[in-house]
Amino acid sequence: MTVETLVPFEEALTRYDPVMGLEIHIELNTATKMFCGCPTEFGAEPNTQVCPVCLALPGALPVVNAKAVESAIRMGLALNCEIAEWCRFARKNYFYPDMPKNFQTSQYDEPIAFDGWVDVEVDGETFRIEIERAHMEEDTGKALHVGGSTGRIHGADFSLVDYNRAGIPLIEIVTRTIEVPPEKAPAVARAYVSYVRDLIGGLGVSDVRMDQGSLRADVNLSLKPKGSTTLGTRSETKNVNSFRSVERAVRYEISRHAGILDAGGKVVQETRHFQEDTGTTLSGREKSDADDYRYFPEPDLAPVSPSREWVKELRATLPEPPAVRRARLQSDWGFSDLDMRDTIGAGALDLIVETVEAGTTPQAAKKWWLGEMARRSNESGQDIHALGITPQQVAEIQALIDAGRINDKLARSVFDGVIAGEGTAEEVVVARKLEVVSDDGALGAAVDRAIEGDPDAAAKIRAGNLGVAGALIGAVMKEMRGQADAGRVRELILEKLS
Amino acid sequence: MTDLTRSTADELAQSLAAKEVSSVEVTQALVDRIGAVDGAIHAFLHVDADGALATAADIDDRRARGEQLSYLAGVPIAVKDVLATRGMPTTCGSKILDGWIPPYDATVTAKLKAAGLPILGKTNMDEFAMGSSTEHSAYGPTHNPWDTTRIPGGSGGGSAAAVAAFEAPLAIGTDTGGSIRQPGALTGTVGVKPTYGGVSRYGLVAMASSLDQAGPVTRTVLDAALLHELIAGHDPRDSTSIPDAVPAVVAAARRADVKGLRIGIVKELGGEGFQPGVQARFTEAVDLLTAAGAEVVEVSIPSTKYALGAYYLVMPSEASSNLAKFDAMRYGVRVPPAGVDDPSAEQVMATSRDAGFGDEVKRRIILGTYALSSGYYDAYYGSAQKVRTVLARDFDAAFADVDLLVSPTSPTTAYPLGEKLDDPLAMYLGDVATIPANLVGIPGLSLPVGLADEDGLPVGLQFLAPQKADDRLYNAAAALERLLEEKWGGTLLSRAPELEVVR
Repeated sequence: MTVETLVPFEEALTRYDPVMGLEIHIELNTATKMFCGCPTEFGAEPNTQVCPVCLALPGALPVVNAKAVESAIRMGLALNCEIAEWCRFARKNYFYPDMPKNFQTSQYDEPIAFDGWVDVEVDGETFRIEIERAHMEEDTGKALHVGGSTGRIHGADFSLVDYNRAGIPLIEIVTRTIEVPPEKAPAVARAYVSYVRDLIGGLGVSDVRMDQGSLRADVNLSLKPKGSTTLGTRSETKNVNSFRSVERAVRYEISRHAGILDAGGKVVQETRHFQEDTGTTLSGREKSDADDYRYFPEPDLAPVSPSREWVKELRATLPEPPAVRRARLQSDWGFSDLDMRDTIGAGALDLIVETVEAGTTPQAAKKWWLGEMARRSNESGQDIHALGITPQQVAEIQALIDAGRINDKLARSVFDGVIAGEGTAEEVVVARKLEVVSDDGALGAAVDRAIEGDPDAAAKIRAGNLGVAGALIGAVMKEMRGQADAGRVRELILEKLS
Repeated sequence: MTDLTRSTADELAQSLAAKEVSSVEVTQALVDRIGAVDGAIHAFLHVDADGALATAADIDDRRARGEQLSYLAGVPIAVKDVLATRGMPTTCGSKILDGWIPPYDATVTAKLKAAGLPILGKTNMDEFAMGSSTEHSAYGPTHNPWDTTRIPGGSGGGSAAAVAAFEAPLAIGTDTGGSIRQPGALTGTVGVKPTYGGVSRYGLVAMASSLDQAGPVTRTVLDAALLHELIAGHDPRDSTSIPDAVPAVVAAARRADVKGLRIGIVKELGGEGFQPGVQARFTEAVDLLTAAGAEVVEVSIPSTKYALGAYYLVMPSEASSNLAKFDAMRYGVRVPPAGVDDPSAEQVMATSRDAGFGDEVKRRIILGTYALSSGYYDAYYGSAQKVRTVLARDFDAAFADVDLLVSPTSPTTAYPLGEKLDDPLAMYLGDVATIPANLVGIPGLSLPVGLADEDGLPVGLQFLAPQKADDRLYNAAAALERLLEEKWGGTLLSRAPELEVVR
């Protein structure tokens, strides 16, 4: 394997402009597949959710899932797209063992939705992302490569194919070239994917889980020398499984392309796979313009022609647009602009909404999601939705704090326990013996010892200088090994020294 | 006792209903007939005597208990091997599906089973219905019962020959460019291609999705109508199936009256290039229609001259994609590459397809792949689709003037086996008159109208009607059939040579 020569991101931008587009695949959460009646549940035993149609047995025919068309139209409307009055499916022909028919039923030059836009915010600045199209298609099966070190097809001993996923409805959302200041490209890419996740999540048409693959983002990127109008060769990076990875993948590809171009090399047009652990991309399938999918209209399916009345009805079912919703939530919660921006940036908006709904104050919900959880997400590289902690659990832990049974510091240990699957927050507190000492007798004794141990501070407090109380509180907390309610300690100290 | 194998389906249905004969007796007679003559004909790829007799016994039981049964219940049928039959081999005449047993029934199969028709077996065909002679079957050709040194037509030569050789009163065929009608003409049987979408394609292994249509293969027009009515109708599993009610084809076949009808002879589908004996029988038949009160006029549809060219772009394009699923990954014959220790999936797909497909199939896959290639799409597939639009407009205009169109079904009678095997273009020309109906989705029926003077072999006349007006075909064809049989003093098939019977 050749070692990539990377050019630092900032340096690359002094010589090149990135040309970037994003493709997002969204798996719809319809009960049945795109063209047959098989269930779509995630995680079933391999090859148990299959039938003659999605296995492409000879003679079987597809039938369009009307619910998927409805979801596609709602999604198109939410993305400010035009909805086609008449459109067709097309066959994308290529051979691959995970694709039963050896063509994918997709849409080609007649997508269901087209010419849309969304506005995303990065550092207080708004960027408009133009949507070229959103079209319907079916997912492929899933190949599992067994043996070898990488889990990829090269070097594997054998491969297994699970066709449960084959035929699950997908919507592919394709942007036009994203025109933003070069240095903003990685952050805008991340903000866009995060925005689309919130938008589609709000429609209720998909689980939009990047970690489960129900939202998959592909980054198409090429570089052109500054001042040039000639487009470079692009790479298509797949396997980007979190918002953070979107940003990292853009940065990495800019650095990698610059390295190749600086050395006088040629970028290979190919699919690349993002590596979560190293933050790099590895070469996948080579994809040249010679790849000819021989698209033609799918003769087994009738055209889709949604009536304008239906489209109007569906438009009426759209939830509040995200910008309006955000403004409302910000006002309800009393968040500053900065708080709100951080919330969106962390992809934590809906998590905070749900935590508040579970009874926590907005401030406390923000504290946990933007502090503790964002930190854990960044450290582990996991999506903040995939940390193994739910808004309801956060609310339970905050309730224990509010009841004075634990404090913020102890709560971190409770989070560890809940994430590790040790039980409910309550059970973790008991099992890990985390409950704060609220027994005034024991606390009082500790306070007495602290006062004895620091007579100077005690004298100052008696003289009305409450600012030094912290020293005594610290001493008590240390003795109690953190398992005390600092507020109650302060009260006891002041009582004794009044 | 009458020879049950010679009875029409309608006669059998009546005898069964009157309990003059049992379905087991009928089925056994046909199984015996298959055993006696199919060695010479090779109409069947698979005979399911046990299954057919079991269905027959079940129907007899149910009839004895006084159960209300479908009109054709107990009348045995043969099914072209391109329709999925649960638990019974379905090869499409190809090596690549050798041994494949579908876990599901085609909608047509399910309807036959639900109506209680014993399925005698699966009939021979050109591989994946690609051919006009049944010589492209990977399992050897079918022989024409009129002259076993000749082809029975194709691709549905097996279904037509089975019916002509009295191995079955009824058969199912499929017609993409003439595969029901042309074998009908060449074997002296009745073959109908219904309106596209009239009969469900679910479970019909597709050659060209926008052209394929299943339909009846029988010895009489009424039998065809009875079978048509049974297998037709909307199917939610087939998006291209017509939601409308099935035309009243049986009533039309019983009406059989052409008085006052305007019938157009398609000028371009006849004359030059058509065998004199074919042309002569065609003209005589048209004269009979005139004598019976029809007004016959000549109609010109100039765009039909582009039909063959358009067909040989649309059909292979769709076929190249439809046949991609045969990759040896999930079913079918798997042939790993020789001398490769650890072959990739791609290599296995390539060698399996190479070994599993015959030359004609490969020829069409290559043609279609080329026609759909980027840079060629507009010139080939795109232009062909435009021809279809023009053809449809021209047929609409013709049907604004006449009720029905007629032409000879095939330019020639049955030719000797092997004659055109190495000349695909010559073979393709045999479908010149049948292809336009598939391209525009209209129904067509081929009726035997006599024997050509030069070779004594059957000639067919084709009726064409507007979309969804299949009943018009049956009305006119039944009328002509009666006029011809009056003239002949019997059926055409009664003049077919006796086959040598093996005991």
